Amino acid sequence: MINNQGLFVSCTTAYKELCIFVAQTIREFMSQKVLLSAKEIHIILHRLACQLLENHLDFSNTVLVGIQPRGVFLANRLTQVLKEDYKVKNVNLGSLDITFYRDDFRRGDKIHEANKTKIDFLVENKKVVFIDDVLYTGRSIRAALTAIQSFGRPEEIELLTLIDRRFSRHLPIQPNYRGRQVDAINDEKVKVMWKENDGKDAVYLISD
Amino acid sequence: MSELSVNHLLGIKYLNKKDIELIFETADHFKEVINRSIKKVPTLRDITIANIFFENSTRTKLSFELAEKRLSADVINFSAAQSSVRKGETLIDTVNNILSMKVDMVVMRHPNPGAGIFLSKHVNASIINAGDGAHEHPTQALLDSYSIREKLGDVAGKNVVIVGDILHSRVALSNIFALKLQKANVKVCGPKTLIPKHIESLGIEVETDLKKALEWCDVANMLRVQNERMDVSYFPTTREYTQQFGVNKALLDSLSKEIVIMHPGPINRGVEITSDVADSNQSIILEQVENGVAIRMAVIYLLASKIK
Repeated sequence: MINNQGLFVSCTTAYKELCIFVAQTIREFMSQKVLLSAKEIHIILHRLACQLLENHLDFSNTVLVGIQPRGVFLANRLTQVLKEDYKVKNVNLGSLDITFYRDDFRRGDKIHEANKTKIDFLVENKKVVFIDDVLYTGRSIRAALTAIQSFGRPEEIELLTLIDRRFSRHLPIQPNYRGRQVDAINDEKVKVMWKENDGKDAVYLISD
Repeated sequence: MSELSVNHLLGIKYLNKKDIELIFETADHFKEVINRSIKKVPTLRDITIANIFFENSTRTKLSFELAEKRLSADVINFSAAQSSVRKGETLIDTVNNILSMKVDMVVMRHPNPGAGIFLSKHVNASIINAGDGAHEHPTQALLDSYSIREKLGDVAGKNVVIVGDILHSRVALSNIFALKLQKANVKVCGPKTLIPKHIESLGIEVETDLKKALEWCDVANMLRVQNERMDVSYFPTTREYTQQFGVNKALLDSLSKEIVIMHPGPINRGVEITSDVADSNQSIILEQVENGVAIRMAVIYLLASKIK
């Protein structure tokens, strides 16, 4: 006899393995795959903006925080959509650098370079929405949760990501708003490109 | 990713231009951190730092300690006056005893030139020189250049005069190295007895007329007359020194342009600089102190990231 929970766990594990197997088989034949085109990104940005609007209405008590370095592009783009297409007047937008809050200081060969933090408003009793391009292990968001406390005690914190890499989390962190969920194995990379920085809007899955 | 070219900060002499740029960029981020309402980051929570001071210090010691605490490092303090050094313990023994308590980094001030370099060859820890005799005081020079960069936008091409007791000053030597590395023009000014022979070989000029030096410069760094290091008389009286090499408001107002006044502290008010100058808008003395914490956080952070 398997109880409900045991059945659930074994089903999820089997499903996870199947997904990874399928992903691996397909990817053996290619090294770079387009996950999202410019048009798809455009549509997703509008959907995410609408979902934010649905929950936050006029954004009077909400602040958007882009996670440095790559989350800032998405945060800027979303703010632009909210202001221009949905006529939201005041969107508080900041950027948060998490370098000094990471849990892997001195643990790898890589030295992390710091980026600018710009939060010129109080987050005390505000609804904070973290914005990042890819959610992978969840460790960046863990660091961001610690970092934001230096600016006050928010009423609540939500997470918005363009790409949610499934089955790769090291911590119990999930997005409230997600653009696209993808199955990627660990040695693959998800690369998000933005027109203003990389010349075009696109998301690629890259394997070595 | 960029990292420092050195494992210890023993002097500016051992740094290159890229190192200085990296330290300044990192300090920019820490300056933002120390101006938040919560001024602390958890980065160095598994690092222990010993501050070993064989010589008196207020500013430098406080500044280092604050920088270490803002980075969440564990800090132990040691002053030679209350220690076994008085009982005849050697420097290496003292430091090795401290290191056996699992210390990762040592910040040391010592009256003998080269003490930091000596230590770095014999003990297994990252060493930061917080002043070694009349040799170098690298973090002071870094914060001085950083303050010039903040006030005037850039260090390159600026005219900087260092006034006062150049002979006994570690601040002067470190500043000369740092300023030359960043392509500033440097002059030193003071009584001939207090200017070392052959100092021109460092690529700087000597000026004995204070008025001329001030007319030439964008920044004047006023040094303290270090009476405690003077074994003989280098000038007749303090009053005469003040008349020739002291900066007062009337002298500043007589110049054709507004210059920036710096002082590494502690100030002898009324000797090298009068109170109205020290407290004027042209003086960035207190900015130097604030920047000192950010610079020291940057140096400690960058060196700690190289500890394996």
